[in-house]
Amino acid sequence: MISEHPIEGLEISMNDLMLQLPVLDTVAESKKAEASSNPLTSDEIRRKLSTSGRQYWRSIEELADSEEFDAFVRREYPSQTSVLIDPVNRRSFLKLMGASLGLAGLAACTVQPKEEVIPYIKQPEEIVPGKALYFATAMPRMGGAVGLLVRSNEGRPTKIEGNPDHPASLGATDIFAQAEILQLYDPDRSQTINHLGDIRSWGDFITEITGRVSGLKSKKGAGLRFLTESITSPSLAAMMKGILDDMPEAKWHQWEPARGNSPFIASQAAFGAQVNSLYRFDKADRVLALDSDFMMGSDTSVRYARDWSQRRKVSSSSTDMSRLYVAETTISSTGANADNRIAIRPSEFEPFVGAVAAALGVAGANGQAVSPKQQEFANAVAKDLASAKGRSIIITGEWQTPYVHAMAHAMNAALGNVGNTVFYSDPVEAQPMDQVASLVDLALDMQKNEVDTLIILGSNPVYSAPADLDFAAALKNVPYIVHYGLYHDETAKYAHWHIPEAHFLESWGDARAHDGTVSIIQPLIAPLYEGKTAHEVLTTFTKNPSLQGYEIVKNYWTGGAKGGDVDRTWRRAVHDGVLANTQIATKTLAPAAANAQPSITPANGFDIVFRPDPTIYDGRYANIGWLQELPKPITTLTWDNAALVSKATAEKLQLHATLQLTGGEYETDVVHIEVDGRAVNAPVWIVPGHPDDTITLYLGYGRTNAGRVGNELGFNAGRVRSSKNMWFATGAKVRKTPKTYPLAGTQIHFTMEGRGAVRSATFEEYKKNLDFVHEKKDEEEPSKDNSLFPRYEYKGYAWGMTIDLNSCIGCNACMIACVAENNIPVVGKEQVLRSREMHWIRVDRYYTGAAEDPDTYFQPVPCQQCERAPCELVCPVDATSHSAEGLNDMTYNRCVGTRYCSNNCPYKVRRFNFLLYQDWTTPTYKMMRNPEVTVRSRGVMEKCTYCVQRIQNAKIDSEKENRRVRDGEIVTACEAVCPTDAIVFGDINDPMSRVARLKSDTRNYALLGDLNTQPRTTYLGAVRNPNPEISRIHVKQQGWEQSS
Amino acid sequence: MGQIFHRSANPIARASILFSGAIAVVAVYAIFIGIPRSSYWNQTDIIKTQPVQFSHKHHVGDDGIDCRYCHTSVETSSSAGMPPTKTCMNCHSQLWATTTYLEPVRNSWKTGIPIKWTRIHDLPDYVYFNHSIHINKGVGCATCHGRVDQMPLITQVASLQMEWCLDCHRAPEKYIRPRSQVFNMAYAPPEKQIELGLQLKKDYHVLGSDVLTSCSTCHR
Repeated sequence: MISEHPIEGLEISMNDLMLQLPVLDTVAESKKAEASSNPLTSDEIRRKLSTSGRQYWRSIEELADSEEFDAFVRREYPSQTSVLIDPVNRRSFLKLMGASLGLAGLAACTVQPKEEVIPYIKQPEEIVPGKALYFATAMPRMGGAVGLLVRSNEGRPTKIEGNPDHPASLGATDIFAQAEILQLYDPDRSQTINHLGDIRSWGDFITEITGRVSGLKSKKGAGLRFLTESITSPSLAAMMKGILDDMPEAKWHQWEPARGNSPFIASQAAFGAQVNSLYRFDKADRVLALDSDFMMGSDTSVRYARDWSQRRKVSSSSTDMSRLYVAETTISSTGANADNRIAIRPSEFEPFVGAVAAALGVAGANGQAVSPKQQEFANAVAKDLASAKGRSIIITGEWQTPYVHAMAHAMNAALGNVGNTVFYSDPVEAQPMDQVASLVDLALDMQKNEVDTLIILGSNPVYSAPADLDFAAALKNVPYIVHYGLYHDETAKYAHWHIPEAHFLESWGDARAHDGTVSIIQPLIAPLYEGKTAHEVLTTFTKNPSLQGYEIVKNYWTGGAKGGDVDRTWRRAVHDGVLANTQIATKTLAPAAANAQPSITPANGFDIVFRPDPTIYDGRYANIGWLQELPKPITTLTWDNAALVSKATAEKLQLHATLQLTGGEYETDVVHIEVDGRAVNAPVWIVPGHPDDTITLYLGYGRTNAGRVGNELGFNAGRVRSSKNMWFATGAKVRKTPKTYPLAGTQIHFTMEGRGAVRSATFEEYKKNLDFVHEKKDEEEPSKDNSLFPRYEYKGYAWGMTIDLNSCIGCNACMIACVAENNIPVVGKEQVLRSREMHWIRVDRYYTGAAEDPDTYFQPVPCQQCERAPCELVCPVDATSHSAEGLNDMTYNRCVGTRYCSNNCPYKVRRFNFLLYQDWTTPTYKMMRNPEVTVRSRGVMEKCTYCVQRIQNAKIDSEKENRRVRDGEIVTACEAVCPTDAIVFGDINDPMSRVARLKSDTRNYALLGDLNTQPRTTYLGAVRNPNPEISRIHVKQQGWEQSS
Repeated sequence: MGQIFHRSANPIARASILFSGAIAVVAVYAIFIGIPRSSYWNQTDIIKTQPVQFSHKHHVGDDGIDCRYCHTSVETSSSAGMPPTKTCMNCHSQLWATTTYLEPVRNSWKTGIPIKWTRIHDLPDYVYFNHSIHINKGVGCATCHGRVDQMPLITQVASLQMEWCLDCHRAPEKYIRPRSQVFNMAYAPPEKQIELGLQLKKDYHVLGSDVLTSCSTCHR
């Protein structure tokens, strides 16, 4: 913990203070921070807002223009505080410096250490050293699957891309798929088979389990229980079915802590059967998302985000644009991209949905009273949706109540969307069930001592089960538990046997995507540890207890048949990553009249919203440093969860989040939250646009057995979650505690102080003025010749990039793709607190409008590759220099770490290795790294290079064929991962390239173009399409008049 | 305490003051130019022990085996490729199949443990060299690796320092040869090499030296 006084509290001796250059006025600054720690009230903010033009802001502190904020932005890399751990005093420092100066000339002349070349015995035919191979596979998750192409360098999987042929990917991926590489190589993964703490062999397990199974068979499986996650693997499902047929008394339970059971319940009620809902956002003109974050986090989000964004691409010839309404109980990426958004506390949400349904004339809609603002929103939405019959979508988040789902089904039917934009099909999951009820059943049976053998396949219920079940205590009643998982986690501690799970990149398997398409999962590498696949564990319950995963999966799909055709089809399916024609047929169903009733009763006190964490999900990614350090979309928090509250709620509870000067971290108040007699302490984080009197808690933190990275981070929100209040709770008691806690939010890191970074317009404004991004005279770009230096003519290629702010949904996938491709290190919370995160591309989040009801914009900022680059001129050793193709090359081996370049960079995109952030010793991390990119050491500046390794490889390939690089042949890591095609890279010297055409668009503008840096990366202004009939919280601003 | 230096050392002391300038020049030359360019630092002409006494002179010079028989990926990949044990055994399961000389090779074949060769041409890890593009643009093997066909034990002939790379990247016409001659060890450049080089540069679309000397061409 860092104490309240930012600089005084750090553990630094006076000797270290003497080394600091320049000398900081530490006392004065910390006093200033104290003096102005009273945050602005909403009224003051509103007054400030009303006096300026349309203003974009990144944090409430920036909006308020507080003194702390000013002091913070004046400092490049805010913390000059020493981090030398050795007690170096001034005298020995000078001695060392003297010696190193004397030897400086020799430092570069090292003899290379001896290195070995180790060839194969027999070289596999397809492996060419130095050439990467790509293999298709799929990532099973959340009741679906995402198809992947995985790059393999000399047999080591190093980077994941999307499979363009797969319906849930179409070539893109998301943060979780990217992070799987790190999970594969995680040294904290469980490595051995364990029995009561002793290491055992797989043979030992087979011997013991087969003995036990024959005993169970004689009892028809009574007392045998399986607990799995959602399963979409047809072959695994068939095995489960076979086992259950064999032992009819055995039971199959399922539990995924972050999946809602409402879709299941509502679908049973509406259709009398389990159905799967599919949406075609590419055909929808109007979308209403009811607490649905369809762009982030689920197995379909990549596909849906792409489909949705296709309807949002605008050009001068566009006559219409789709419109997205979002009504939600917390903040989400989808809500941030809405044209019109309304924040509603959970206890008022069902009446609001009832009001929309009633306005659409849906039978059974509950006509409860709602606030005038909500009624106005509901009426306007209903009117707009009714004008787009058959071309609209109403989509509900899976955590919403059965009532909301029932209403959405009814509204989609009433609007004629079913069969046009909304489709139903048989479920893709092998056996859908109400997972909450299923887990409750299991816990009760365990308490009644009815379970004598429990097989847990890949689930962690001790951590994730609702608190009221007291799952850990119940487990103690079970005499025989087998736990199978990637980590030796909280649940493994209670198990008698623990079997390490093979990562999907090490396994043979299969999985169905949301539309039913089957993918064969093929391994990229043999299991690093003793991992087994789920198939191999389940087969111990059958006649053939020692079958291999490959045989099981292949036999399932080929039926054991051999021969030319069968083999050819099998090989084709493995190669393509999809099995052709395996989609499940869609059907048009009419829902039965809705008779569900609202289920959330309003109560005095606060409403609580539980959500899976945006980056570490339900806690399964807690040990993945890449995801921990990835700023969470909207909140920008890293390494922690928090109690998210609105500004008004914070004022009501007298909560403060005080900006500190060490690195722009926040010292926030800790609140005590009590729900139904259970309590948790949480630091607060104030989020503009959050509903009032509501607190959002992200699940997944507070793990105790996650691994070295994920242990003891944040707080476990699951402690106040019960099986009755899975997603919402009402009547919570919240009080402020005297404690404070530092939160590493990155929202004000690398700030460019406004300066016209984001430019936006409504669709109407855009149609009237296509050139809206160039409206402000002071942001105009000066003539390119306005410089002391002569112009350079780029004769060959001239690489450039455009980023369409209209398409960027702020999912942060580009950040993590860049981390994976460019060997970017994780620095840890303590360093993020000092603004030292290393991400080469950051996604800035800007708000505009009132703090209660803001519009949100996202802006990815990589190195802008300026043609007149301020960084190049100040490098004393030419470590950063201009290439003949217009890149700002960064030569790491030349860099001596003066950091002048970073000081001179107006975009703040250069990152400095203050410490040795890379792990140079862990063997698995060595396997993980991209061999095409230098691994940087301490004291070196680094930055985005437009993935120069990909450029060079494509150029070499093209030059061998004596041709130019084709447009689209080079795909940067951020471009490849982007689900909405917001990032486009190419040669701007080729007038027919996509990037050159986008740069000629009227929406094209340069970030801080008035500085005459002539950046190669440019942005396309954002266009939103709000409904003019919906009023906004009134802020009188120029250019925002329609919001009255 | 007695004197450390004998009286006779005085002239040397005086001379060192007199010639201090020259001494400084020599020292600077030695530290910054002489030593870094010496064979000791850049490892040229140094014979390193290998697990098998493999002779390029015999295989290339006497037997006339093409470079690509063993270094298979030199035309397609960044790495030229090191031959797997199988390549050795193609011949040596029949020829010299019992000689003690080749015991390590047979051993590797039997046990499945690879032969660990010592790397001779070792670029720093921050340099990304690609064999295939050089071969395709007419840089001969011997241009960088020397007359391998005359080396019983292989040594490095070029310094592999950046100035050496840049010498060619600044003016490739000085070194490039027709593609048909790339693998010819005995190729001698014609008298009018510059003329030929310029023509080949055009024919093979060799990029300009502005691109070839950009940092990111080799460093990333």
